[in-house]
Amino acid sequence: MTTNPQQMTPLLEVKGLTKTFPSTVALSEVDFTLLAGDVHVLVGENGAGKSTLIKLITGVHRKDAGTILLEGKEIDPRSPRHAQELGISTVYQEVNLIPTLSVAENIFLGRQPLRWGMINMRAVERQAKQLLKDFNVDIDVTRNLSSYSVAIQQIVAIVRGVSLSAKVLILDEPTSSLDHHEVEMLFSVIRSLQARGIGIILITHFLDQVYAIATRITVLRNGKKIGEHLVSELPRVQLITEMLGKELTKDSDEQDENAISKHANSETFLKVNGFARKGTIEPFDLEIRRGEIVGLAGLLGSGRTEVAHLIFGVEQNDKGEAYVNGKPVNIKSPRQAIRHGFALCPEDRKIEGIIGDLSVRENIILALQAKMGWFNYLSRQKQNEFANQMIKALSIATPNAEKPVKELSGGNQQKVILARWLIANPDFLILDEPTRGIDVGAHAEIIQIIKRLANEGKAMLIISSELAEVVEYSDRVMILRDRKKVRELEGNDINENTIMKAIATD
Amino acid sequence: MNVEGQQANPAKSGLEGIKTLAISVSSSRLFWTGLALFIILLVDLMISPNFFEIRLVNDRLVGSIVNILDNSAPYALLAIGMTLVIATKGIDLSVGAVMAICAAVAVTLIKQYEAGATEFYYQPGFVILITIGVGAICGLWNGILIAFLNLQPIIATLILMVAGRGVAQLITNGQSPTFTNDTLAFIGRGVVWGVPFPIYIAFVVLIFVTLLVRRTALGLLIESVGVNDRASYYAGIQANAIKVFVYVLSGVCAAIAGMIVAGEVKSADPHKAGLFSELDAILAVVIGGTSLLGGRFYLFLSVMGVLIIQSMLAGLYVSTLHPTTNLVVKAVVVLAVLLLQSPEFRRFISQPFGKLSRRRR
Amino acid sequence: MKSRFIPLLMTFIVFAAMYLFAYSRFSSFGSMRIVGNLLRDNAYWGIAAIGMTFVIISGGIDLSVGSVIAFTGVFCALMIGRNGWEPIPTFIVMLTIGTIFGATMGMLIHYFKIPPFIATLSGLFLARGMAYVLSTDSIRIDHPFYESVSKIVYIFPDKGRFTFAAGAFLIVLFIGIFVAHFTRFGRNVYAVGGNSDAALLLGVPIGRTTVMIYALSSFLATLAGIILSLSKQSGDSTIAVGLELDVIAAVVIGGTLLTGGVGYIIGTFIAVMTLGTIQTYLTLDGSLTPWWIKIVIGVLLFSFVGLQKLLSSRRGLRLFNFGREHNEVQQSA
Repeated sequence: MTTNPQQMTPLLEVKGLTKTFPSTVALSEVDFTLLAGDVHVLVGENGAGKSTLIKLITGVHRKDAGTILLEGKEIDPRSPRHAQELGISTVYQEVNLIPTLSVAENIFLGRQPLRWGMINMRAVERQAKQLLKDFNVDIDVTRNLSSYSVAIQQIVAIVRGVSLSAKVLILDEPTSSLDHHEVEMLFSVIRSLQARGIGIILITHFLDQVYAIATRITVLRNGKKIGEHLVSELPRVQLITEMLGKELTKDSDEQDENAISKHANSETFLKVNGFARKGTIEPFDLEIRRGEIVGLAGLLGSGRTEVAHLIFGVEQNDKGEAYVNGKPVNIKSPRQAIRHGFALCPEDRKIEGIIGDLSVRENIILALQAKMGWFNYLSRQKQNEFANQMIKALSIATPNAEKPVKELSGGNQQKVILARWLIANPDFLILDEPTRGIDVGAHAEIIQIIKRLANEGKAMLIISSELAEVVEYSDRVMILRDRKKVRELEGNDINENTIMKAIATD
Repeated sequence: MNVEGQQANPAKSGLEGIKTLAISVSSSRLFWTGLALFIILLVDLMISPNFFEIRLVNDRLVGSIVNILDNSAPYALLAIGMTLVIATKGIDLSVGAVMAICAAVAVTLIKQYEAGATEFYYQPGFVILITIGVGAICGLWNGILIAFLNLQPIIATLILMVAGRGVAQLITNGQSPTFTNDTLAFIGRGVVWGVPFPIYIAFVVLIFVTLLVRRTALGLLIESVGVNDRASYYAGIQANAIKVFVYVLSGVCAAIAGMIVAGEVKSADPHKAGLFSELDAILAVVIGGTSLLGGRFYLFLSVMGVLIIQSMLAGLYVSTLHPTTNLVVKAVVVLAVLLLQSPEFRRFISQPFGKLSRRRR
Repeated sequence: MKSRFIPLLMTFIVFAAMYLFAYSRFSSFGSMRIVGNLLRDNAYWGIAAIGMTFVIISGGIDLSVGSVIAFTGVFCALMIGRNGWEPIPTFIVMLTIGTIFGATMGMLIHYFKIPPFIATLSGLFLARGMAYVLSTDSIRIDHPFYESVSKIVYIFPDKGRFTFAAGAFLIVLFIGIFVAHFTRFGRNVYAVGGNSDAALLLGVPIGRTTVMIYALSSFLATLAGIILSLSKQSGDSTIAVGLELDVIAAVVIGGTLLTGGVGYIIGTFIAVMTLGTIQTYLTLDGSLTPWWIKIVIGVLLFSFVGLQKLLSSRRGLRLFNFGREHNEVQQSA
């Protein structure tokens, strides 16, 4: 296997891995190499293919093409269990253990030491304690897993995986909900695993952490491998450039000179001062005028969606105040937000957006109907009118308005949710990743719609990972990093370079 | 099946054609439920040739069909309420107990009236209203536990299911009081134009509730909450109010069913009134095609589910089979319906067929 | 005190309070006579409740236990009382039938994804229906074996009687505790109820465990039917109607979460004794009518479910957050 005699056999080697889902190519001919004792970080934005790669390696999905070699031998994992038997363990962010069992039992579930046919609970506890102690974690293993922090739970999951003689350990976003101290604790465990020669694949969105722990980085974008680097040789700005797929240019693009003043005279629709929620987002100010588009940029996990949820009343702020049209408001639920003329197209269409079994028509009229009340029912004729009007206006590709919305493609589902809000005629639209996971044609159409809505005088807050898009339509851009607002750009300052720099640097 | 296969074997292509037709028709729920009812009635007819015979005796229509409709009435009421509850991804186990409570309330009050009490709330008309109110309060209790305390529907309604019969016994002081008042009795055994009164009640409630949910936004909102309550919340729907509403409606339906049962026998039996009826109601809803996972609901088909169960029982009644086989036949039919609705089972069944056809080729 | 023991502690406090209150009113509660009677009278449904505890810990429900008890009683009475079978072989045949019955329900639930509520509801209809088919009359059993079993009794100095049924109840209790806590099957039951998706990833054989859980529940319900048959010396297809509700209520009052994953066999035992104490108290105290028992059960049920909600609210919140983050992970596919 060794093409380069100086190099040892890689622990895990992936070649030309490809996976196609019905509508999209999730992974296309990706190569990936993991050496023993390496911490190899996978980075990329949503839809880059990180999770697909992991799922192919761990047997959740089956590959379409390519090879996976473990210690030079080809493997074909059929299921997570099979992968684990081969020596590949995975720890997910949402810890896949049993919260209602003790720590010790979680480590030994299904392979408890027996004595005379019965579980030797004392041995289970003793051995579990010892395993954890090896990583300098000294806790009461008889307590329920759920009584410990997520960090400890993740360490327990790691210990279980490693004690099943894992050679490869995959950590899928383990740090997303950990505080600084917990991250340190987790990292010390990772370092001692490294010292034992275990190969670690880490997925994380936090660039500081990448630089703190990684030895090697692979960047994925749109299902393709963009680059592989030793972390010591990769400057931060270059990393972000690769992730977002934009080249840094010397000169910033010329912007419309009038951009700044365009909305200076229009009235402020929404103003929030010092909005914050503990553990979710640090205090931020934001002001949006009618007809203005404010872009919200930042990496995944930077607090983008949380800002939208806080404003829309899905979650409550514990600090700060909000004003709509200059009057103070206290929004406690989406329903109240809607009363003030707000609308939110959520990031997770399937869970928070569409009502899958209901028809396109019913999905489109839903918000308006909820606003009008139970007994003020839109006549069927009116419903058809609204639905057909919207299907036409947004070019929703559906044979008719009665098709269940779950049978439409992602882009068309997005349009249906947009349509739902448009007929409710809001003053202020929050769009969370409106163009994600949809094809190029629909993408351009949605951008057109966004611009049209702004021209009609609607205030808009748009979250997007696509910087080109943000630059194209935003009048102002608010930039988040690590759950903090770090900058606000306006007018000529809005270009991909400045945004990327703001995301990357402290 | 590919095109070549069809050319090679015309007989099979005919089979395929039937299959395709069957698949397209099978998408119609009404067809399948109707077919099930039709087959059961046909079997009934084979068992007893004069099954469909209806005679007029003392100004009252008499015959198996009339009996089926009459017996179906209280279950149809429960099934109507239950359909909406299940559409919101809930379940109401308490309807049988609520029937017992309401029957006890109505009979206890009417006995005061018979004993000469003159207060207005002992008047039969008010007694009926009060009883319906009690049913609504029971539903309100369930709804509050589920919507605001966030209890699982199965647990929340289990509480009233267990305690409800005790409450009913408390009201009747452990007795099964009887009454003679004609107004209350009329609800259960009255006859209008030859047709038993409960049939009218069930029909009117069915039409009323159908109009209530289909001519207002309620039906849409109920389905929306049942399919995806999180997305519904984001769209500004008051999911909690919807949930309370469906449980209250279910309680009201149970109250009317309780009065029908009490009127039928001119008595309220806190032990037996509505016993197991929640299970029959849930069953009828499931047979009617409303999924226990919530979402789309079919009021007419739920009532048809009740008719299927009652026609089956009527057939057993006229057959030479011993009446004790009722429950066994019911269990078998339930299992058959449930298995046919289970995608896993259909896959399991189609696998051997697949192998068979390959071997034939 | 670990928080997971709080519901169990509450169960015990309620039992102690009830018992002491009963003792303060009727000093006979201090005698072995009442204790022996409590064990004897509640043995059969207590055994069924132990089976139900496993089912509920796994996140399921079994509505068929009352019917299975009735069917067992009628089957034994018919075979022994009318057809002249020997009791021991009859019991073995019956226990086998019961176990297969439960396993079948388990298979419907696991392999055909029929909700436990509905699958065991058809089990309820079938078992009760079969009991009616066998006989609608009450059948007496006159057999020397039954006589001799009724003579197996330990008599305390105060004439309290520790009967065969009481002994069987305690043996099943100890075996139940042992199986739940010291066998891989038992721990798998907890794992399936705690988080079945995770359990699958951790290598728990979900299918086999589910089938075994329902088989165990029906096995114990059958055993309960046999115990009842022995003490009543008759079989009747109309007994134990709606018993499953009392059984489920006892399991919940015993501190087992209906959402699965948490529960104790001993808690169920204490709850069964609590309800038995209330029943005995109401019988002794003529002034309180017997239907109060149902209302008291309802109130206890409500209090315990409320308590559990309170205890789990913080945890529930965290679980909710897990869910959200989980979504984000899926999105990054």
